[in-house]
Amino acid sequence: MSIQKVQNNKAWFMVLPVLILVAISAIIPLMTVVNYSVQDTFGGNEFFWVGTEWFQEVLASERFHNALLRTLVFSGLILAIEIPLGILIALAMPKRGWGVSVCLVLMALPLLIPWNVVGTIWQVFGRVDIGLLGHGLASLGIDYNYTQNNLDAWLTLILMDVWHWTSLVVLLCYSGLVSIPEVYYQAARIDGASRWAVFRFIQLPKIKRVLLIAVLLRFMDSFMIYTEPFVVTGGGPGNITSFLSIDLVQMAVGQFDLGPAAAMSLIYFLIILLICWVFYTVMTSYDNDEQSSGGGAQ
Amino acid sequence: MDLSWMAWTQPTAIFFAVIASLLIVMSVWEYFSPGGAPRVGILRFETTRGDRLFVSLLGSAFISMAWLALVGLNLWWGLAACVVFAVLVFLFV
Repeated sequence: MSIQKVQNNKAWFMVLPVLILVAISAIIPLMTVVNYSVQDTFGGNEFFWVGTEWFQEVLASERFHNALLRTLVFSGLILAIEIPLGILIALAMPKRGWGVSVCLVLMALPLLIPWNVVGTIWQVFGRVDIGLLGHGLASLGIDYNYTQNNLDAWLTLILMDVWHWTSLVVLLCYSGLVSIPEVYYQAARIDGASRWAVFRFIQLPKIKRVLLIAVLLRFMDSFMIYTEPFVVTGGGPGNITSFLSIDLVQMAVGQFDLGPAAAMSLIYFLIILLICWVFYTVMTSYDNDEQSSGGGAQ
Repeated sequence: MDLSWMAWTQPTAIFFAVIASLLIVMSVWEYFSPGGAPRVGILRFETTRGDRLFVSLLGSAFISMAWLALVGLNLWWGLAACVVFAVLVFLFV
């Protein structure tokens, strides 16, 4: 007896409200940005066709290259610190008892603070005259000033991001770790596996998927970071912490160069789209591999 | 409805019309041949024809940018490279 697949396309109507919302909030603004990127304007809703001039200008601009490089370096450093640190903290967290709730609440706290508040906290925290960090380091004889020293500015921003977002990696890894059945650990104990072997061959493969989500989220978020560095350093000293997003806003709002800003934002968007696609492809490949090997979804 | 704030131009309108037409063609194709024709190509992961269109469009955007940055004017040759790339993606990816 053959089974005929019944297709009911009425479900598409359920998606319609979301489609309308996305059209208004994303597609129409994106179309407008594309339109702006090939024109010049001096205000008053008057536009002049310039073709691909803005794209050529942005792609050849040293300012854009430097901002892109700074953003990539920042994201790389954030991942290099937050991912291993998040795994370590998740491994160290208790798996049962009252300590679980305490740790989870403590870990969730930084995530609940709005970005501009985090920026303000660290801006004050790092000040040499009144900030606990800045004043404390100064009293120890360490010459620290994030408003004047390039390295200090970078260290402050990295420290701030690590403080704010490592918790997310911890919570994701922890959720993966607690879902590992106890029998795996029992088998490892019977085999006399070392702590490292348990991590390498049981825990790491089992948290691989959530870890990939953590890497994706942290990369995207750090690559698009704006509010926190803007509040703490404002892109300074000089342009040393002027990431792509800060540079883009400065160009669009500060200088009112809408054409080059639109071209730059489209290039920025395409880079993000490419990275998202790569991550998505890797994640779905893992899913397919697990399903084909009979492991199923974790 | 006044859409002058969107600053429409004929070339950008054609660009979006082409994208919309591609999506409509893909929908019709899917209607007559459901399932998306999944296969594993030279990139060693499974793609449907929708994935292949996405890879073609995204790749074309980067080819155009590279063309503008390295070659310069006369984007028509860049467009030709994009079409060749899209054909290759649909054949081998």
